[in-house]
Amino acid sequence: MVDTPQIIARQVGMSYGDALPSLTAVDLSVAKGEFVSIVGPSGCGKSTLLRLVAGLRKATSGQLTVDGSEPGNSQTKAAFVFQEPNLLPWRTVAGNVRLPLELDRANEASNKALSKADSQALVERTTQLVGLSPEDAAKRPSELSGGMRMRVSLARALVTDPDIMLLDEPFAALDDILRQQLNEELQRLWWSKRWTGLFVTHNVSEAVFLSQRVLVMSRAPGTILESIDVPFGFPRTPRLRADPDFAQLTGIVSGHLRRAADLSGADKATAEVSDAEGIT
Amino acid sequence: MPDASKSNLSQVMRAVAPPLILLVVLLSFWQFSVWWFDLKPFLVPSPVRVASAAVSTFGKLVAATKVSAAAALSGFAASLIAGVVIAFFFSQSRLIRISCYPYAIFLQTVPIVAIAPLVINWFGSGFRSIVIITFVISLFPIITSTTTGMLAVDPELLDLFRLNRASRWQIWLKLRLPNAVPHLITGARTSSGLSVVGALVGEYFAGFGVNNYGLGFLIGRNTSQMRTDELFAAVIASTLLGITIFGVVSIVGAFILNRWYDTK
Repeated sequence: MVDTPQIIARQVGMSYGDALPSLTAVDLSVAKGEFVSIVGPSGCGKSTLLRLVAGLRKATSGQLTVDGSEPGNSQTKAAFVFQEPNLLPWRTVAGNVRLPLELDRANEASNKALSKADSQALVERTTQLVGLSPEDAAKRPSELSGGMRMRVSLARALVTDPDIMLLDEPFAALDDILRQQLNEELQRLWWSKRWTGLFVTHNVSEAVFLSQRVLVMSRAPGTILESIDVPFGFPRTPRLRADPDFAQLTGIVSGHLRRAADLSGADKATAEVSDAEGIT
Repeated sequence: MPDASKSNLSQVMRAVAPPLILLVVLLSFWQFSVWWFDLKPFLVPSPVRVASAAVSTFGKLVAATKVSAAAALSGFAASLIAGVVIAFFFSQSRLIRISCYPYAIFLQTVPIVAIAPLVINWFGSGFRSIVIITFVISLFPIITSTTTGMLAVDPELLDLFRLNRASRWQIWLKLRLPNAVPHLITGARTSSGLSVVGALVGEYFAGFGVNNYGLGFLIGRNTSQMRTDELFAAVIASTLLGITIFGVVSIVGAFILNRWYDTK
């Protein structure tokens, strides 16, 4: 694995107005092609962190770079998968997957504009890649199950051939079996393309199964408390979940997560932040 | 599936039969009362008399209905186009919205009978004035419903568009406009009913040529000439026109929603 850091955060903080900051003093380095999961208590700013990396929000303190530039300004292509599939109901599955290409094609700065035939072929390939049939591609989102809609959402992100995939609890609403299946497919997709993956989840087993590294965040204001390496090789199979080492590592991460629920970013930074007494 | 169509038919019958029976009862009572109290036809004509007036003036009624329909539909179409264009500007800037909205409300609150003579003063007593009056009365529901739909966009979808570096125009065309369509349809149903009111009020004041008049003019003339049976026939024709336009717009709207949107 190439060890070039692609996403670097130094003391990144984020606050909305006078409210309690949602992120504080986040230090992070994610290598190009690395798959990292982020777990943490509800409301700890995991999703905010993803949005900062996507360039959808701006950090209010510290420095965050993607490939050396400010997120959003860099040439690096980021794709986002939300917790809800968020499909456009008036478009077919294929139309939804094609959307980023349409927006990109009209972008004059983009010189990688695809011809109509090329983009159609790409849409077909990508929908098949996430396990949807050509018949599914002609359907409307309302005709699909929750799991299939999430596959469409994944395809919509993958179709742009992103450098970075930001996944914000994409499988949280699915049942356990479906979640495991989609974990296996996501892992396969990552292994074949090696985009950089940042995956936010509440599910420790999912985090360990998918990633090379699991970050544990504190409760709000969130900061990164622990970084735990996941030593299992790729490609991973469902059998891994039955491995005693897998269970042990899941237990360790869960332990960290339980402690994180009691600890806020302010507690961690007490020494550096003088007014930490006010935020307990 | 004969069973299904049978049950569909019986469902329709169950919905349609009670009001039909009530109608027959009411008409009979009306006919009976006119005869029993010996009411003067210029005050209350009997249903039979109204029906015969409708038959004898059928050609005139149909011609007037066509004129009114043309005015109502023209004004309605103009309000659809203008309403969407105005909603486009409203959806682009909060400043535009808060500056212009009070004047849009003016359209809704001004009594149409008060401005109809004014419009006729300005634009002459012809088809054009009637279309303008229709346009004014049916514009507001389109503006509000469409603006609401354009603004009620999922913030995550906006993020998705921004992440793909969509232009403002692309966000409008591919996200805000299609998102507003169900709202627009709701507004259009309201407006379609109002457009008939606008056309009739306009015609009532404007008159509009001796050989080429609408139902509003016919209603005004029949009233002043005490032709109450023909007046009733014209009122019924206006009601049917309103129901038809409203029905067609509703059916087209339902078709669009079923075909392109998840209304489930």
